[in-house]
Amino acid sequence: MSTAALAVEPSSPVPLLELRGISKEFPGVKALDDVSFAVFPGEVHMLLGENGAGKSSLMKVLCGAYRADAGEFYFKGEPVAINSAADAQKLGIAVIFQEFSLVPHLDIAQNIFLGREPKGRIPGTIDRRKILADAARVLGTIGFDIDPSTIVDKLGVAQQQMVEIAKAISQNARILVMDEPTAALSDRETELLFALIARLKADGVSIVYISHRMAEVFALGDRITVLRDGRRIDGVRPADVTPDQLVRMMVGRNVDMTYPRNFADEPGEVLLEVKGLSASTGISDINIEVRRGEIVGLCGLVGSGRSEVARAIFGADPVTSGEIVFDGKTISGEPDLAARCGIALIPESRKSEGLALLRSVGDNLVVSALRKLFPSGLFDQRSAQRTADGLIRQLRIATPSARQTVGLLSGGNQQKVVIGKWLAAGSKLFIFDEPTRGIDIGAKAEIFALIDRLVAEGAAALMISSEQVEICHVCDRAYVMREGRVAGHLARNELTEENIVRLGMHHA
Amino acid sequence: MTDISKEAIAPPRSFLSQDAIQLFYRLLAALLICAVLAVLSDSFLSLGNILNVLRQASLTFFIASGLTLVVLTAGLDLSVGANVALSACIAGTVIHKTGSPALGILTGLACGGIVGLLNGVMVTALRIPSFIATYGMLWVLNGLTYWYMAGETLHGFPAGFRQIGSGYLFGLPIPVYLLLVFLGIGTLFAQRTIWGQEIYAIGANPVAARLSGIPVARRLLLVYAVSGTMAGLASIIFLSRLNSAEADIGESLTLPAIAAVLIGGTSLFGGVGTVFGTFIGALILTLVLNGMNLLSVSANWQPLVTGIIVILAVWLDMKTRRRTQ
Repeated sequence: MSTAALAVEPSSPVPLLELRGISKEFPGVKALDDVSFAVFPGEVHMLLGENGAGKSSLMKVLCGAYRADAGEFYFKGEPVAINSAADAQKLGIAVIFQEFSLVPHLDIAQNIFLGREPKGRIPGTIDRRKILADAARVLGTIGFDIDPSTIVDKLGVAQQQMVEIAKAISQNARILVMDEPTAALSDRETELLFALIARLKADGVSIVYISHRMAEVFALGDRITVLRDGRRIDGVRPADVTPDQLVRMMVGRNVDMTYPRNFADEPGEVLLEVKGLSASTGISDINIEVRRGEIVGLCGLVGSGRSEVARAIFGADPVTSGEIVFDGKTISGEPDLAARCGIALIPESRKSEGLALLRSVGDNLVVSALRKLFPSGLFDQRSAQRTADGLIRQLRIATPSARQTVGLLSGGNQQKVVIGKWLAAGSKLFIFDEPTRGIDIGAKAEIFALIDRLVAEGAAALMISSEQVEICHVCDRAYVMREGRVAGHLARNELTEENIVRLGMHHA
Repeated sequence: MTDISKEAIAPPRSFLSQDAIQLFYRLLAALLICAVLAVLSDSFLSLGNILNVLRQASLTFFIASGLTLVVLTAGLDLSVGANVALSACIAGTVIHKTGSPALGILTGLACGGIVGLLNGVMVTALRIPSFIATYGMLWVLNGLTYWYMAGETLHGFPAGFRQIGSGYLFGLPIPVYLLLVFLGIGTLFAQRTIWGQEIYAIGANPVAARLSGIPVARRLLLVYAVSGTMAGLASIIFLSRLNSAEADIGESLTLPAIAAVLIGGTSLFGGVGTVFGTFIGALILTLVLNGMNLLSVSANWQPLVTGIIVILAVWLDMKTRRRTQ
C-alpha cells in the first residue's frame, strides 16, 4: 500500500488547500501527529478512520475551531494561516456538522443569511423581499425546490441538511466538509444528497467527506485518506483498494466484516407478543412476536414507523388499541412499568434520550437498576460504584473511572453505557433502535458480540437498523415495515437485502 | 465520534465530586463573611446574635429546602411564599376555633402539601411549565388568602404553640433544632435514597430519565408536594414566632428562598445542587443582612446587595464548572 500514495494523481496540479505536518496535542493525547492532507478542486475526498482517529480534530483544524500546534497551510500554493473560524470562512471552507447549527424557529431564508441579512430601508429592519429572493436563488443553485419562507423546525433532517449546504454555498464556500452526512438519511434522501454532491463537484467545489459507510466511500470518493491514532496512514484511490484493505488500514488489524453470531437451533419460549397494536404516532395493527434467544430485526425505510413501534411497546407513546403481552402478562402503561417488567429500550438518539450527559458514567449505569440494587429505597454510593465498576470492566467501557462525565466518552462507549444500564437492571428484552449509528467498525463488532451473548443467555432482542447488511448478518428473522404497518416477515433463509428493500418500498 | 478532543481536554474527575468542591467554596465564603463581620462589629460574635442569625436563616431554609428539590428537577416553585401565607392563616384559624395547636399544625402542613400537589398536577398532567403554573398559583393563593382574611389579623396563640418559634431548648432556639433535623432529612433524602437519585436524573435529562424507567410524573408530584409541605412547615414556624398572621406575610418570602437556592449552588437548569448548599445559601443571605443591620447600613440597600450576591454566586459557579467539565 505504501506506493499507493504515489499513484494518486490529482486532477489539477495545484491543490486548492494543502495542510502539511499538522500536529495538535491535548494534555495527554496527541490528537493529530504530523498529518498532511491536500484537497484538489472539484474532488470528493473521503476521510476515514475509527472514532478517535483524529478525523474530528482535523476537521476542526480545517474550519479554524482548533489552532494547530505545528504545521503549515497552503491555499492554491500560497502559504496562509487558519487561526480562527473567520480565517477559514475567508478561504471558503465550510463545515456541515452532524448536529445542525440552524435556528429552528426562523425560516429557511433567515437561516441562510443569518447575521448577513440584507438591510431594509428603515434602519434595523430586514429587506424581506430581497432575503427571500436571494434565498430562492441559492436554493435553486443546489436544486432544492422549497419555499424559502418555510420554518426550519418543520423540515426533516435531509431538508435541514440541504439548508445547511445552501448556507455554505451562499457564503461562497469552495471546500465543504461533511461529517457523516448520510447518517440520518433514508436511502432516497441519500440519493438526492449524492446527486447534489455531483452537482457541486461539477461547479468545482471540493468536498471533504467523513464516513463510516464503506459503500459510500467507493460510490463517491475520488480519493481516500485514512487516519489512525492521529496519524495519516495512507492516501489511496478507491479503484486501488478493497474494503477489507481499508478496514485493515483503519484498525491496524484484521477485522471480520461479518459479525459473529451463534444462531440457536431452536428458539425459546415466546417473550413478547404484540397483537394488533396501534398508536397515535401513526402505526397501526402491528403484530410481532419475539422469542427468547432470538434477535429479531425491524426494518423498513426511515419514517416507516419502526421507532414508533419500539416506543409503543416500551410505553413511551400512548397506545390507542391492541395488546402487548410480555412474559405471559399483558402490560400497558408508562416506560417505568415496561422497564420493571424487564423491557429495555436503547433509543436511537443516545445523547438526547439515552443518557444524562452531565452526570457521571456510574450514575448513568445504575439509574435503571436503582430499585433492584437498593430494594430498601436507601441509596449507597459505594455499592452503586461497585456495580458500575463491574459493568465498566464487563463491557470494556473506555473511561478513566466511573466518575467521568458520560458526555466526554466516545460514541461507542456511550452506547455501551446505555446498554450497561439495562444489564444492571436485569432486562430480558432489549429493543435496540439503530444501535450502531455513528459508531466505528471496531465498536460495532463489540456491540453485536454483546447482543449475541445476551440472547445466548436467554434474553431476546428486537433490533431496528437502517443498515440492511447488519440485519441480514445478525438477525434470526425480521419484520419489514412500510407506512406504519408490518409489510412482511422474513425468515432466516429469506433474509436478504433485496427482500428487505422489496418489502419496504413504497408502491406507487 | 467528535469526542476524543474533549476527552483529552477534560481531566478525569478528581476524588472530590463537583458538588463537594462547590460546597467547599460556599463554606469558605460564609466563613469569610463571618470573619469580616467579626472584625467590623463587636456584637457580631455574641451568642445572642449568632443564634439570631441561625433562627432567621431557618425560616428561609425551610422554604428553600423544598424548593431545592423542585429546582433540581429543572423546575421552579414561585408559589411558596403565597403558600406560607395561606397555610398560616388557615392553621391560625383552626387553632383559634379548636384550641388545639396539634390540629392547627396538621392543617397547616396539609394545606401546604395540597397546594404543592396541585402544582405538581399542573406540571405533570397538564404539562404547564412549572414557572408559569406556580406563578398562576401564587395569584390564586393570594386571592384566596385575601378573600378569606378580609383584612383581619389573627393573633394571640397558646403559649405552648408559641414555643415552636420563639422557645429555647438547652440554650438553643427550637427553630435551630428543626433546622438541623430538616437539613439532615433533606440531605439524606437527596443523597441517600433512590428517590433522590431519580430526582437528580430527571433534572439532568427528563427524556432520558423517563426512557430509563423512572416514573417521572410521580417523582415530580412528590417533589412539588414536598416543596408545598415545607412551605406549610414554614407557615407554622412563622405563625408561632410572630404570634399573628395576616394575608400579606408571604410576599417577602419567595424571592429570598430562591436566592438561597441559587447562592447555594443549585442550577436552575436542573440536576446539579445540594440541600446542604441551600442551607449555606440561606446562611450567607442572613449573615449579610445581619451584618448590614449591625453596621447600621440602611435596610434600603439590602435588596441590592442580595441581588449582587446571587449574580456573583451563579457566575462563579458557571466559571468553575466550565473549567472542570
